[in-house]
Formats: sequence, structure tokens, C-alpha cells
Amino acid sequence: MSGQTSDPGHNIQSWPDDVLETAAAWKKDGRDVAIATVVHTWGSSPRPVGSQLIVDGTGAMVGSVSGGCIEGAVVKEAMEVIDGAPARVLDFGVSNDQAWEVGLACGGKVQVYVERLD
Amino acid sequence: MKSETLAAVLKVRAEKRAAVLLTNLQSGKERLVEASQLASLQATESELAEEIAAALRSDKSRTIETDDGPVFLNVYNPALRMIIVGAVHIAQPLARMAELAGYGVTVVDPRRSFASEERFPGVELSSEWPDDALADFGLDARTAVVTLTHDPKLDDPALEVALKSDAFYIGSLGSNRTHASRLERLTEMGFDQKSTDRIHGPVGLNIGAKSPAEIAVSILGQVTETLRTSG
Repeated sequence: MSGQTSDPGHNIQSWPDDVLETAAAWKKDGRDVAIATVVHTWGSSPRPVGSQLIVDGTGAMVGSVSGGCIEGAVVKEAMEVIDGAPARVLDFGVSNDQAWEVGLACGGKVQVYVERLD
Repeated sequence: MKSETLAAVLKVRAEKRAAVLLTNLQSGKERLVEASQLASLQATESELAEEIAAALRSDKSRTIETDDGPVFLNVYNPALRMIIVGAVHIAQPLARMAELAGYGVTVVDPRRSFASEERFPGVELSSEWPDDALADFGLDARTAVVTLTHDPKLDDPALEVALKSDAFYIGSLGSNRTHASRLERLTEMGFDQKSTDRIHGPVGLNIGAKSPAEIAVSILGQVTETLRTSG
């Protein structure tokens, strides 16, 4: 996490808040930024709707959209979006074709929207 | 997302206003609607206004279907707050745990030897009388009030203000007997049973907590349960 939250007991913010602050700070530093947001869940899912992950042009990330099982795939898509591909909605779940590669261990399904911060 | 939109979201959050960011998942078109704009939106787009109002009330972001395609409603409600009345031993772990769970915490105690920076490093402290302090906070539906002093002189005025507010959680430390006499006093003040039923007393989930930290866990557990499972 960024240095501003490293002081326990002072101004602790919940994680989602930090993600957007960090996105703004990265952008200000001239880094390319993509934002991935959980927009729908079915069944059990590790992170609730609204959870966000931000990614920069090098693949560095802050936040989460799952317990870690789909972040790799989301980062790959996010870097394509940073490179100019259109914003997209990604589906993940056990019934998905990608299940063998990036299925959710919990058996739920999530939909993630990936967009560039312009 | 446009940088201007992100800046607007961060501004709304910093100023503790409620808002919903609408993003069309097909076109990427986005629009930030503040709670204060709902009344005027009701006149022109009543269906959308109601979806937004419902999302804010339940504090749940969600995707809705519209004629223009799926639209994601991302809810930005003001931060949760916890007002702890009584800078007693239990308040020390409770203040720290509540901060970790995302609450802005204020500990209120006019007794300065209790509400000291040394006992509560980094925690916002108020040495006002609880009724004055709580009236100043403007308790809203994102606020929890926990009284821990057992002292009617301090707890009762706080409960009086809390019961007249929209606070989503009100809890009072004290045994069954202490709580029964507390309810009697509040009834004499004119509060009906529907009001006094809002008070969780004895405070906290029944998990056999013994130490101050364990009691803090039981209180924060009950606050969380109330926030996430009621309404």
C-alpha cells in the first residue's frame, strides 16, 4: 500500500477508499492507469460488488477483485485497455470456458468491468 | 473513467456527501449523482432516481438494466462513524478495532483523566458533555453510538440524543439490572418502548467475552451485524 496508510492508528481508511486515492496519485505522477471494478456477483464471491483493483502500465496493482484467483487475468486485460483497447466486461466463474485457467475456487461467479483512467 | 469524474468522486467523499456514480457498461458514459440531487432527478427520471435512492439506502452497489444497456451504480456513502461515550478501558481496544473496520471514531468523556491523549494515542477525543458533543456531531444513519460509562449522568444524556437521531446502532454497557433501570429512566423521560428497543443492552454479542479486547470484539461484532443484516 502507499506510504500514507502505513501509520496504524492514524487515519486508517477502508481499503476501497485507498484504491481510488492511489489511482488519482498514479495518474498525477504521469502513470497510465486502468480501473477494474466488480460490477456483479452470483453465489459466493470473495469480494463484494464495488471492489476495485487498479493497474498501471507495468502491471503493478493495488486493491483486489477476488481473493487472488482472477487478478492475474484481470491485470492482463487491464494492460490491453491501457494500450488502447476498449473498456470491457469480463466474466469469471466455474461455468466459464476459462474456468480451468482462472476459475474461482469458491464456486461463485463475478463480472468485472475494466476501463482506462483518461 | 475520466480523471474529472475521479476527482469529483474524491471530492464528494472528502466532503462526506452521499453520491452514486453511474457507468454505462456498454458506452462507458458516466455520471455522478449526489443524494441532494435526487429530488430534482425524481421529476425527470423517476425510475432511475428510485434505483439510486435504493442503492444509497442499502449501501449496495449494483448493476441495473436500462434502455441504454447495463448501468453500474457505484455507491459512495459517507464514512461510517462510531461515537464511544466513556473513555474507559474497553474503549481503548474498541476505538482501535473500529478504526480498522473503517469507522471514524470519536471518544467522548468530560473526565479529562480518562479521555487523555496518553490513553488514546491518535484517537479523536472530545471532553464535552455527551449530549452537547453528540448534538454537534449530527448523528446520521451511518453512525453507531456506544455508551460505556455505566454512569447515568454521562450515559443517559447521550442516549437521549442518540434515540432522537437516525443512528443505525445504539448500544449500552451494563448488566441486565443496570439496563433495566436505564430503561425505566428513559421511559420516565418520555421514550416509548419502540424507541428504547433500539438500545442493545447489555451491549455486544454473547460470546463469553471477558477481557476488554474481547468485549470490544463482541461489541464490534454486534455493530457489524446490525449494519450488514438489518434494513
